[in-house]
Parts: sequence; structure tokens; C-alpha cells
Amino acid sequence: EDLRVDGRGCEDYRCAEVETDVVSNTSGSARVKLGHTDILVGVKAEMGTPKLEKPDEGYLEFFVDCSANATPEFEGRGGEELGTEIANTLYRIFSSEGSVDLKSLCINPREHCWVLYVDVLLLECGGNLFDAISVAVKAALFNTRIPKVRVLEDEEGSKEIELSDDPYDCIRLNVDDVPCIVTLSKIGYRHVVDATLQEEACSLASLLISVTSKGALTCMKKVGKGSLDPESIFEMMETGKRVGKSLHTSLQKILNEEESLGTTRQKVGFLG
Amino acid sequence: MAAVAMRLPVARKAGGPSGPRGSEKHLVAPGDTITTDTGYMRGHGTYVAEERLIASVAGAVERVNKLVCVKALKTRYNGEVGDIVVGRITEVQQKRWKVETNSRLDSVLLLSSMNLPGGELRRRSAEDELAMRDYLQEGDLISAEVQSVFSDGAVSLHTRSLKYGKLGQGVLVQVSPSLVKRQKTHFHDLPCGASVILGNNGFIWIYPTPEQKDEEAGGFTTNLEPVPLSDREVISRLRNCIVALVTQKLMLFDTSILYCYEASLPHQIKDILKPEVMEEIVLETRQRLLDLEG
Repeated sequence: EDLRVDGRGCEDYRCAEVETDVVSNTSGSARVKLGHTDILVGVKAEMGTPKLEKPDEGYLEFFVDCSANATPEFEGRGGEELGTEIANTLYRIFSSEGSVDLKSLCINPREHCWVLYVDVLLLECGGNLFDAISVAVKAALFNTRIPKVRVLEDEEGSKEIELSDDPYDCIRLNVDDVPCIVTLSKIGYRHVVDATLQEEACSLASLLISVTSKGALTCMKKVGKGSLDPESIFEMMETGKRVGKSLHTSLQKILNEEESLGTTRQKVGFLG
Repeated sequence: MAAVAMRLPVARKAGGPSGPRGSEKHLVAPGDTITTDTGYMRGHGTYVAEERLIASVAGAVERVNKLVCVKALKTRYNGEVGDIVVGRITEVQQKRWKVETNSRLDSVLLLSSMNLPGGELRRRSAEDELAMRDYLQEGDLISAEVQSVFSDGAVSLHTRSLKYGKLGQGVLVQVSPSLVKRQKTHFHDLPCGASVILGNNGFIWIYPTPEQKDEEAGGFTTNLEPVPLSDREVISRLRNCIVALVTQKLMLFDTSILYCYEASLPHQIKDILKPEVMEEIVLETRQRLLDLEG
């Protein structure tokens, strides 16, 4: 009958708040609040050497920190397991070809490239972590500004890297193909999108799907100790693709709106 | 069609219009001096140090003749005899159940404080002990009354009445205990079609009104029939209204919940949780409550 405890339908998300450029000393950052779930992502661009098997590409490194502020279970090393699980999921999603244009991160093949260190901080756990994290990562990558560098060759052949003087002269990443995760939790015979903590406690199995803005499914993962019927997996995939597309459109709309406000935008940050 | 609403964050407005108040509340933080006058008796939330009365919690100072106490906004539940609580069974022990009621220590429900089915009055035997798990298991929700408070602050509950017992299908909302107003009765049948139990410990239980009053003693059998959609809509709406009232820090009692429900009728159930709709509804509720008083 499509009615959940808080009045939402099975495919409705909670109201989300997205803000970028909240951390001033990063190359890009974003904060996403989805109901009670609060995620902060910071991206730092550093110079490094390309990987041996991909000499003309840069790469991304993910690190997820579950802050002890989120739940008492994350105290000390309690949040490490969840953190590594989320980081591995992010690695898997971004390992697919075409999600991020890694060739644009290359400065000198085999010698220099940009490495993007993406740090995810879980401030509050209110259910549906993966979706919020993927939305925040996409927003942070959209906000990332990598300074333009030029490589100068000396007479002896040694290379020098020159940073442009203008701080606003930078390259932006194209995040059109960056996928977002949609979590579908199975409760009883139906499946719901964006489960709250109570709904997650009731669901025995969930399906994590990463969907691009065009509705293409790039990666799938099943979590939970329950089992899923193959029929229901197909249904969940269809729902996930539909929901993923609308998630991408509204995220892109809000990012463009924020961008258009430019310097007139009032930064709310954490003390708002 | 799936609906995903995203928005840019808006800075919160500092302290909205609160209407005419008698006097400004004296707000204190832990460590603040309340008074240096030694003639006052100290109540909850205060302690005496160096001949000064100092607050130990953050909240508003309440003065009743010579008694000074500090009422905190967000606390754990402190049991008082006669309070109605809604709790969840966490453990089944030898002759008692441990109940979680959002207080500092788990509350206790003794087997001897529980009504036997059929209303018999007899000494509990070893068979009753073994059958404890048939009555209440871990994870069950119960409504009970506080019988007594132990010296360490733990609360002892009893369900010696037909209106207490195991709760069936419904929705639980957890709020701070200080937001539940103390009233004569905490069991309300709202005219909109649902019933609500306002536990003093901050657990609020919303459930569909049973058609006929069950004569079974103790209320141990749970009705697991599917709840019709209309009832579920009313319950979801009530749940969202209560969440809205709590976010705006309004006291919860049957009239405020009812006014909030009526103010929310023009909106869709899922829209009530949007910040601007929440503010609008609670403002209207506040207005009506002030009109009722004045």
C-alpha cells in the first residue's frame, strides 16, 4: 500500500540538505544531511607517481572515518570494520571505467599525476549511510578545484613543475558519469529506498546498487544475513535504476543552483 | 514516480516568537550559581558548594516557596511513583524482567507484580517462573506503572491493572522525558481515530483504537491482524506531528497533539517533516493553545 511509518512511499527519500565548500583547506568538500545521517567529505589533490599498470592516469584514494560522535559503538576501534567496508565499496564503484576521467589527472605519463585523496567522515548515523556517502562524494568531486600545473623541461632534462599564479586558475572534474549508490532494503515482501535506523533493524537483506545518471547499473552488492529471491532482485534493480536517475537529476540541479549563487551564497557550515 | 527532494541548507533562526510570557526564565548551565542566599532548600539538579547553590544540569530554574530546583531539557528519565511508562523488555531473569525505559538504570518488572491470565490471585510457583518467557520475551513492548523507586534510582514497575500489559501493533516515538506533560491520565483515545499512550519516560506509543474493549485480563495476547490503510495513515500523521512538536520543543499532551494533527491536515503526511512546514504547523498549534489559555 506504499505507506511507511513516517508517511513516505517505498521509493521516497527523506529531505536532504547538500552544501559544498565547507572545509576551507581542502581542494573540494561537501556536507550532506539526509534525515539524521550527517556526512562530511573532503577531497585533497596531491602530486604523486602514477600506478605501474596505468601510467597515464591519476587515481583516487578513499578513507572512511566513523567518528565516535555518530554512535557509542564507534568508540575507539569500533568503527573500523564499517569504515573499511564502506571504503572498499567506494573503491569498487570507482574502479569501473568511465566513472571519473582519470586521464585528465595525469600531468606527465609515468612520472607525475594527481592523486585525489577522498576522506569521508561520518558525523551522525541515521540509517542509509551508503547513499548519503555516495551523494556527498559526488558533490565533493564536483566542488574540487585542482590547480593547473605546467611542466617545464630544463636543458639538462630535469623537469620542473610550475604552479600558475592565479589561485582561480584550476581544472574541474567532470562528474556526469560518477555513479551514486541506491540502497534497497527488503522488509517483509516489499523493498524500500532510504531506510531509517528502525527500518534497517527490521530488514534482513539489502541490495546496494550503483547507478549512473543515465540509469546504467555499474556495480551491485548484497548485504545482510537474510536471503533474496532472484525475482525480487530483478524488481529491486529496476526500482534502483529509476530512483537512481531521479537522485542524480535532483543532485545535479542543486549543485548547479549552488554554483550559480557564487559568492553571494551564505555559507551555513556547522554553526548555522 | 520517485521523489527525491534536495535543498541547500538554511541557517536556523535564533529563538522564534514565543508569545507573551509571564517572566523570563532563569536559564543556567552546569556550574552556574543560582543564588548565594542560604535560606533556600535545594531540589533536583542543584548542589551546595562554598555556601552557594550551584546548578548541576543545564535547564531552567524553578522556585516553589523555599525549594529551588533545576529542570533540565534533555535528561534520562527519573522515576516517580505513579508514573506511566512504556518500556521494552531487555532481559528475562529468574523472577523478574529487565525493562529499558530510557533511565540511568534498567527498570525491573517483578513476576509478582504481573497479573496472571484469568486474573487469579495466588503465590507464583516454580511453573510460573518457567512460563515467564511465554508472557513476555526480549524485545516486547509493555505499558506499566511505577510501583516504587529503589535507593539507587532504579525503578520497579507493575502491571496490576487491565489497562497495562503487552502492547500490540503500533508506532513508538522516543522523545525527551521533560517534554511530556504530567497529567491525570496518559492513555488518550484521540477523535481522529487512533489512541496514544504518553509515557512519562518519553516513550510515546501510537496504536489503532481497538473496536471493543477486551475483557481478557492482563492483555497478553497481541492482535496481529493487518491494520487497515486509513488507520495507518492517521498513525503516521500523528507520529510526524509529534516529531514536529518535539523539534520545536513544545510540551506534549493530548490537546497539543490534537491541535497539531488538525493543523497538519492540509499537508501531505511526508511533507510534515520538511522544516518550513513543521514551523508553520507548530506556530498554528502554539497560537491555538494560547487562545485556549487566554
